[in-house]
This record gives sequence, C-alpha cells and structure tokens, in this order.
Amino acid sequence: MARFFSDSEYAVIDAACARVIPTDEQPGAREARVVDYIDGLLGAFATDPPLIWAGGPFSGRFGGANGFASFHRLTPLEELAWRTRIEGSLGIPERERLGHVQGLQDIYRDGLGALGTDFTSLPPDEQDERLRAAESFTAVLYAHSCQGMYGAPEYGGNQGLVGWENIGFAGDVQPRGYSDEEVSQP
Amino acid sequence: MSRDFDVIIVGSGPGGSTAADVLTAAGRSVVVFERGRNRLIELEPPFNLITDYSNDEIKFMNRHFLGPDPWLDPRTFRPSAEVRDPIHVGDVNNLPATVGGGGVHADGKLPRFREDDFRLHSLLGPVDGADIVDWPIGYDELEPFYAEAERLVGVAGQADANPFAAARSGPYPMPPGAPMYGSLLTVAAAERLGYHPYPGPTGANSIPYDGRPACNNCGFCAFFGCPIHAKGDPVAPLRRALLTRRAEVRPDSFVTRLLVRNGRAIGVEWQDAGGELHEELADQVVVACGAMETPRLLLASGLEHPQIGRNLMFHFQTISLGRLAQRTHYHKGRSVSHLHDDHIVPDPESFKVAADAGLPWVKGGMVEHCGPGHPILEASTYPWGAEHKAKMRESPFRDHLVAFTMQGEDLPQPTNRIDLDPAVRDVRGHAVARTTYQPHRHEVVASQYHGAKLEAILAEAGAEWTTTVTSPMLDGNPFGITSPAAKIPASKHVMGTARMGDDPATSVCDRWGKLHDLPNVLVADSSLFPTSTGYGPTLTLVALAIRNARALLG
Repeated sequence: MARFFSDSEYAVIDAACARVIPTDEQPGAREARVVDYIDGLLGAFATDPPLIWAGGPFSGRFGGANGFASFHRLTPLEELAWRTRIEGSLGIPERERLGHVQGLQDIYRDGLGALGTDFTSLPPDEQDERLRAAESFTAVLYAHSCQGMYGAPEYGGNQGLVGWENIGFAGDVQPRGYSDEEVSQP
Repeated sequence: MSRDFDVIIVGSGPGGSTAADVLTAAGRSVVVFERGRNRLIELEPPFNLITDYSNDEIKFMNRHFLGPDPWLDPRTFRPSAEVRDPIHVGDVNNLPATVGGGGVHADGKLPRFREDDFRLHSLLGPVDGADIVDWPIGYDELEPFYAEAERLVGVAGQADANPFAAARSGPYPMPPGAPMYGSLLTVAAAERLGYHPYPGPTGANSIPYDGRPACNNCGFCAFFGCPIHAKGDPVAPLRRALLTRRAEVRPDSFVTRLLVRNGRAIGVEWQDAGGELHEELADQVVVACGAMETPRLLLASGLEHPQIGRNLMFHFQTISLGRLAQRTHYHKGRSVSHLHDDHIVPDPESFKVAADAGLPWVKGGMVEHCGPGHPILEASTYPWGAEHKAKMRESPFRDHLVAFTMQGEDLPQPTNRIDLDPAVRDVRGHAVARTTYQPHRHEVVASQYHGAKLEAILAEAGAEWTTTVTSPMLDGNPFGITSPAAKIPASKHVMGTARMGDDPATSVCDRWGKLHDLPNVLVADSSLFPTSTGYGPTLTLVALAIRNARALLG
C-alpha cells in the first residue's frame, strides 16, 4: 500500500525508475524498489514521525542495534519547511514568505501527466522518448532515483542493499569502520 | 528579563564553545545561545554524548539534517553592488546551525598558520584593489595558544613532516591516522616532482583521546557528524564547560540583537522556538556566529562601524582532478590524510607570472590530497538510462578519481561584504545576510599558475586524464557550467568581516578581539581574520578564542 501514489501512479513511476536506472545483469531501480523511496518522500507525513531523517548512530548492518529505523521528530519550523517542500506553498501565507513554492507532490503529478497513463504499456524506447520530452521532471526523478538506489534502505529504496552491492560499496559501516590496512592498501 | 549569567555567548561552534570552556574554568558563569538544534551532548548531568549522527548520505547531504534549512534561514548572494537583486536565495556557504556549529561537519584539517601569514603587507606588500594588512599580533604571540588548542580539540599530526610549517613548542598530542591509499599514490608522485607532502594535522582521534575513541575510518567524515564522537568537534570544550555546572547551553534560541546602552552591551534580545522574544542581561557578550552571521548580528544591533561586514574572504578553491587506473577507494578513511604547502610560499617563477598579469605577487594555499564523495553524489554526475549502471560499476568519478583541492589565499577587498538584505527575511522575520562577492584577479592568476602544477603531479601519478575546476567557477570552465550558483564560492572557510587591528578607523575589533565600539563585546570566530592565508581557519580561531577569552577575564 503506497503512502502517496495511487496504484496506477505507482506503476508508472516504478516503470519510469526502471528506465532511468535499468536492470541489466545486475538489479536496477525496480529491484531496489526506488519507487518506494520516492513514495516515502512524497508521503513522508503519512506517518509520525515523518520519513525525513533516519535515526542514528548505527543501522545494525555492521553491529549495534538498528537506530536508523527510528525516524527523528521534527520541530514545528522543520515541519513547516518540509511540508512546504513536499506539499507546496498552496497559497498558505506562512509558506509563501519567499514566494510560491511548487511542491514535489505537484511536480510528480505534472510528471505523471507528461508520461501518460499508457506509459507502462509502451515499449522501452518510447518510454525513454516520453522521459526525454519531460526533461525537467525527469531530472527530478533521476535525482530521487539516485537517492533511492544508493541511500540507506530505511528510506524505502535500496532493498536488499542491491544498489550498494552493485558497486562494491559497504554502505554505513559503523561501528565496524575500516581497518588501517583496508585504508592504506590497494 | 533575566540576569543569571556573567557572560552571554552567541554561537556554540568552535569559537563559542572554546570561550565557554575558558570562562567557566576561570569561575565565570555563561549561557551559550545556539539558533539550531542540539544533537551533540545531553545538556543535563551526566552530559552523555548524543547518538543522532550516522553514516547516512541522504540525511546529511540531501536533507539539511545539521541545518540551517535554506528555506527557513536563507542567505542571498550577488556578484557585485551593481547587481540590485540577488542572483541566489538559499544556501550561501552554509555552515551547520546546530550545537557544535561548523565543528560538527568539518573533516577536521587543523593546520596552524605560518609566521609569514601574520605579516603579509610587510613581506609581500599591497595589491591594487585589495586591503592587505599585517595582523596586529604575530605568530610567536599565538604559538602557546595554538599548542593549547591542539590539546583541547585533539589533533593528530607529525611535527617534523612539513618543512614549511611554523616553529612548534612541542609535538602533536596524537600521531597521524592511517594514510589513505589514493593519497599514498599522489604523495609519491608529488615527492618525485620535488614537493613536500605530509600527514595533515587532523582533528580526528588516531588513538583514544580525552575520553573519546579512536577514529575507525568509516569514511563519512566531511559534511557528516561523527557517530562515535572520534572527531575533534566542540564536544570536548562544551562538555568541560557543562561539567563545571557554570554553563547553560540554550539550543533553538536565536539572538536577534545586542542590547546597547551608553557604549556598552548590557545583554541580548533573543527569540525562543515558539517565536517569543526575551531579554538576557550580562556583564559581557561573546559573539561567535561565524563570519557571515556575526556581522549580520552586529548590523542588526544598529552598530554603525563602516568596516563591519567588509573584507569578506573565502578560500579560492582550485580543484585538480585525475583518473587513475587503480581503485582509489577514498570512501575508506578520513576525507583527507595528506597535505602539501609548497604553493603557499611564492617562488621566483610565480613572481614572473604575477608581473605578466600586472600583479606584484601571487600566492596559493595548502593542497589537500583527497578523493570525491559518496555514491548518491557520484550517481547524479552520470546520465540516466542504459549507461548509468556501467558508469557506476566502473566509477570514474568516485573510485578511480584523485583530487587536489588548493585552498588559495583570497585577498581582502572592502567591496566584498556582508550586509543586511533589504528584502529577504528568515522564517522569524529578520533580515538575512546578503553576500556581495567576486574574486580578485590575484586569485584567478594564482589558480591558473598552481592548477597547472597540480595537474602535472596527477599526470606523474599516472592519471589517464586530468582537469582543473575552480570554486567560485570562472567563465570558460571545463564543464561549461554557467549557472548563477556556480559563482558562489563552495568554500566553507568564511573569514574577515570584523577584522582586528589597532586603528579603530580601519578595523572593527582590537588586537584582543573586542569591538572598538563596544569594549565589553568579544568576537570569537574567523570574522577577526585580517587576511585569509591559505590554511583552514578553525585551529587559528580556536587559538584566538583561548587567548582573547582569557584576556576578557582581566
């Protein structure tokens, strides 16, 4: 059950992510569930605390308990900033101090419109054509896909750590860290 | 209105925290105001260290975890006074707004300045368009405080490794940490070409120190808080100050202005997290908000000294990149393990280059042997689509790249300044800091001269290709970037907006860091610096804070 997207929107974004970070001999955005990262950001305030800042100090992947799973609470001002960024300023005076802000939710709604409801049924090269035509949206989608692919899995993406495994990156290595030999040797 | 403390300190970064330690050790009571949140140390006994920091690229690099949020607390930037409206509103050289300030996110390169740095005008002379001066104090006067600062913060280094280093009264408190593999490659190449690289003095514990563990080389250092508190962030002086029971740290509390009566500060007005205004009175005030927020506070307080905010300096960064065949794995270890200083001392050839450009001299800065960042940042540099995965596996921009960053001396220019933006307000309703800045021709010529030398070292190290970019970016840069934001220096080394000197007409603070116009107000950050040198500012501002806070005691 998605936090923000409808089932059909979720399917379109999932398919679009699979084009910007494709599956080849290794897993891509689809296997990493990058769409869940994006849905988690757009629907961050569907849970309390919101999915903005994962906790610390360790994830448990290299020892210690999983503190990442407990997200931080936001102060009222921090919530104002993040709601404005995600939902947009929407004509609310306290959100329009620096002028109108188009929210990420709105950017994705526009992007979904540009990709079209038939996006999932198109062949890959036609999907790419639609993505290239929606250049500014695709830039946002790609930036978020990179975060969802190579960020901590607690934010929804990088499931099974496939993003990190693809590139031989251990990720959050605390509290193990690296030995002096690992730092200094090839 | 309250009057519960001897001294009010505004800002909990390295300068304010050091002042808190010195003043409480001498029996004074202090309250430390911090506009940001506290994620460093619990403020009630037994003052345990907080565990909010983590190896999380999203939280620190993409989501402003350490603050300030650029929408809540923006700054503005314009390249010259002829440009009426800012070309950028948001993050302008933001340092963390959190308890511990800039010390939290720094990777802790903590060099001392050289003897010559305090006498730039005497040794090299004036440059047209710049306001070059000597410092009102010399290295010898500061040396004992440098030594104390190194012990206070905890600096790992090797005393005899750098032939350009200033004279020292003793060794570093800790030996250097593990050398990074990629840097060993560039160090060997630099040595073959006659340069003198050395293990950089670093505020990351190489052995257990001051009750905190040794650094375990996790690789999430620059721009991240340290999850195990092995970093020499201001946790050490703050904890000592709190343990005296004479210090209170007040996070989420924004100081709006100094309260001034009859030529003295009597306290501050501050705003709590709910927006309510309060007054706090004290005998003395220490202002340690950083070189952008300090002049903002002084100007917001109605102080009218014409030099406030002027001579804003960054480091002009020359970043030379090279691709090696080897996997450099710069994600293991501290961000930087080696430096070389050869470009700081003008050589005969550099005087010829300067003369050809109509300048009397050009000077570079310390060079960091380093590698680039983490995977999300890397991924965003590649195109989307079929190429993405192959690029990420091959990793030309992360795992094969070595980089030199030269922190070039930025000349003080009165026209480069901070003032109050006439239109943009922060979320609390206060005018934000406006930066007006463009580099002097000196920085550009120095960068071109030294950048070529840096690329030659990378070629000697076996680089298949090399290139050089600068920050601020110049027109005609190799990446063809022309966006307005590229004109904003990326350097977090911000200096010079309340310079110290003996003449009240030409300096904001005296040689003890006190405002000429309000002698019970001490400035304790890099605003004091008359020149920028080519070295990171933190250790020097901590040494000055120790010296000047002690002088404030009388």
